[in-house]
Amino acid sequence: MPFDVYLNVAIGGVLTGLVYGLMALGLSVIFGVVRVVNFAHGEMMSIAMFATIVLCAALHLDPLILLVPIAAVLFVFGYGLQRGLINPFITRPEHTQFLLLVALAIIITNTLLIVFGPDARSVQTSYAYDSFQIGPIIIDAAKVYAGAAAIIFATALFAFFRFTLVGKAIRACADNHTGALVVGLDVKRLYALTFGLGAACVGAAGTMMVLLIDATPMLGPSYTLLAFVIVITGGLGSMPGALVGGVLIGTTEALAGLLFTPSIKSMFAFAILVLVLLFRPQGILGKRLA
Amino acid sequence: MKHKSRSNSARMTRRTFTAGVGAAGFVAGTAPFNIVRAQGGPLKVGLLLPLSGLQAGIGQDCHYTVDIAPPILKSLGLPDLTIMSGDTESNVDTARARAEKLIGDGAQLLVGAFDSGQTTAVAQVAEQKGIPLVINIAAAPAITEQGYKFVFRIFQTAPMILNDAFTDQKAVFALAGSAPKTVVFLHVNDTYGTAMSKGIGAIMPKHDMPYTIAEEIAYDPAARDLSVEVAKAKATNADALLVVSRLNDAMLLTRELVKQRWTPQAILSMGPGWYEDQYLKTLGKLSDGPITFSPWYDPHKRLTPVLEAELASTHPGVNLNTDHVFTFEALLVAADAYKRAGSTDPKALADAIRTTDITDNVSVGPGISFNAKGQNDKVRGAAFQNRSGKLVTLAPKEAATDKPEWPLPSYQNRG
Repeated sequence: MPFDVYLNVAIGGVLTGLVYGLMALGLSVIFGVVRVVNFAHGEMMSIAMFATIVLCAALHLDPLILLVPIAAVLFVFGYGLQRGLINPFITRPEHTQFLLLVALAIIITNTLLIVFGPDARSVQTSYAYDSFQIGPIIIDAAKVYAGAAAIIFATALFAFFRFTLVGKAIRACADNHTGALVVGLDVKRLYALTFGLGAACVGAAGTMMVLLIDATPMLGPSYTLLAFVIVITGGLGSMPGALVGGVLIGTTEALAGLLFTPSIKSMFAFAILVLVLLFRPQGILGKRLA
Repeated sequence: MKHKSRSNSARMTRRTFTAGVGAAGFVAGTAPFNIVRAQGGPLKVGLLLPLSGLQAGIGQDCHYTVDIAPPILKSLGLPDLTIMSGDTESNVDTARARAEKLIGDGAQLLVGAFDSGQTTAVAQVAEQKGIPLVINIAAAPAITEQGYKFVFRIFQTAPMILNDAFTDQKAVFALAGSAPKTVVFLHVNDTYGTAMSKGIGAIMPKHDMPYTIAEEIAYDPAARDLSVEVAKAKATNADALLVVSRLNDAMLLTRELVKQRWTPQAILSMGPGWYEDQYLKTLGKLSDGPITFSPWYDPHKRLTPVLEAELASTHPGVNLNTDHVFTFEALLVAADAYKRAGSTDPKALADAIRTTDITDNVSVGPGISFNAKGQNDKVRGAAFQNRSGKLVTLAPKEAATDKPEWPLPSYQNRG
């Protein structure tokens, strides 16, 4: 098989993986700071996907333009969810947090089913059939835009955590919860902000995901699982790890489909997970626990 | 003692009266469950289709028949049918549950269920409950190989489709004056796709085809991205695509062909997806060119324009296709059997279906009749091509209305 075929498929995998990575980044941020595992993560992405489809149809706007507004809406949703529902469960046993978020996931899925029905929905864009050709390399235009948007959004998030006072305060909470309380940080508010930022990540990822796949209400569980595979592979709690994990899983799935049978390509993502758990349990960029 | 005994046997005691009333009540109470009724009212037909989920587009296409069949059946002098719709949600387990529910709700005959996996589940329920099932569309051969007494299929099995497909492909190649030397075989990895894949290995060698299969690529029926599959197919440099797909994946494959700038010499489909109205309307000019080899309607038969006219009046702009034709013919078989049986007794209905001999039908072939296995052995496949949003029949000769457009026009030059 010519080398350019591998290159084409690998580039497609990297671009898809960047969107996967942005989705998983939200999960990693929430867990890294709040120490709550968001089992409704994929379902929150479904909300963003359907919101994009509805707004695209109603306002005739491009998903790329809707990225920031939908991320903002998901931020408010995440903030409210943390303040109103999840916060009382922070100090409770982990199994009650698990049940709460699984229940939330089921409620979201069924609400989407009631409102939109079970059928697949998609957006129509002017560049849906476009591709860029560079020599023998042909790259899907929608994947390029989605991947670029994912990089910009993730960079903005990194910059927020690195250079703003609120970002530094959130990182302080993540590093030392007691210390943050001692110096007078409003930890509950910072937790809500973090959950909101995680939800905004998944909102942005959902907006980009409609460029790549059709939305269905039942999509949530498989993408929650995918987000877990990515963050565990990249390193739970590590923000760069989530992006690296996403790109690794996206590329592996694509190349495995090319080299073996496409219908078993998802199996390879789980094979990588098993290898990481065996040889580097903290994940590729995760910190080893003392 | 003797007198007392005689007196007791003749007298209606309170206990005897109570028992009698109880027995009468039991009989009256269970009467609604007795589905044997004399003909007079409409036959209750449970129509099982994937109206939502992955196969919703095709299921809803089949369901249009509910609107077009009643006036045509009436014009043929056949009794009325009451259609009870059941949504299988494109899911095998739901199909089984819906079949049981429809029977529980009083369905006296089942029709369905488009998908081979779902139909297999419905057939098991129908046989277990002793309610006739007339299969509109489903090709897995095993369904009519189980020795079922209540299951009848008007559609072709996978080997029948393949035999006719290869014959018609050679006819199309002869008309086009060209044939591919290699093909890449892309197929969905579900019950139907797997049956077709197995069938190709067994049947293709018998037909001395002008092409060889460069590579076989199977994909998940729920796949949401087929870019890798198309890249892999393109890398084989095959002349043509041989496909067995569904609707959503047919659209995904076409989009990827456009994005990856590959126009093969021909797209030869041996299943649904490429001719459905949703495919034609969603893709517009990009939908032109694929040739499908599948059971189809004969444009020259008397009933065909009748069906087309009824579809045009109830669903304007929708092309008549396999989904409507075979769902209609399944209802035609049901109504015809009900008329001849004169009863809703399931066994009488099944016996009547077994002796079906309909020649005034729509599909290609001499008519509809069932062999000992419950398989319609008169139905024949055809070849038809998408042309400017319409469907043109190319083969067999007796049903053809035009010659093929060959090769497939480039996707990049369609405006």
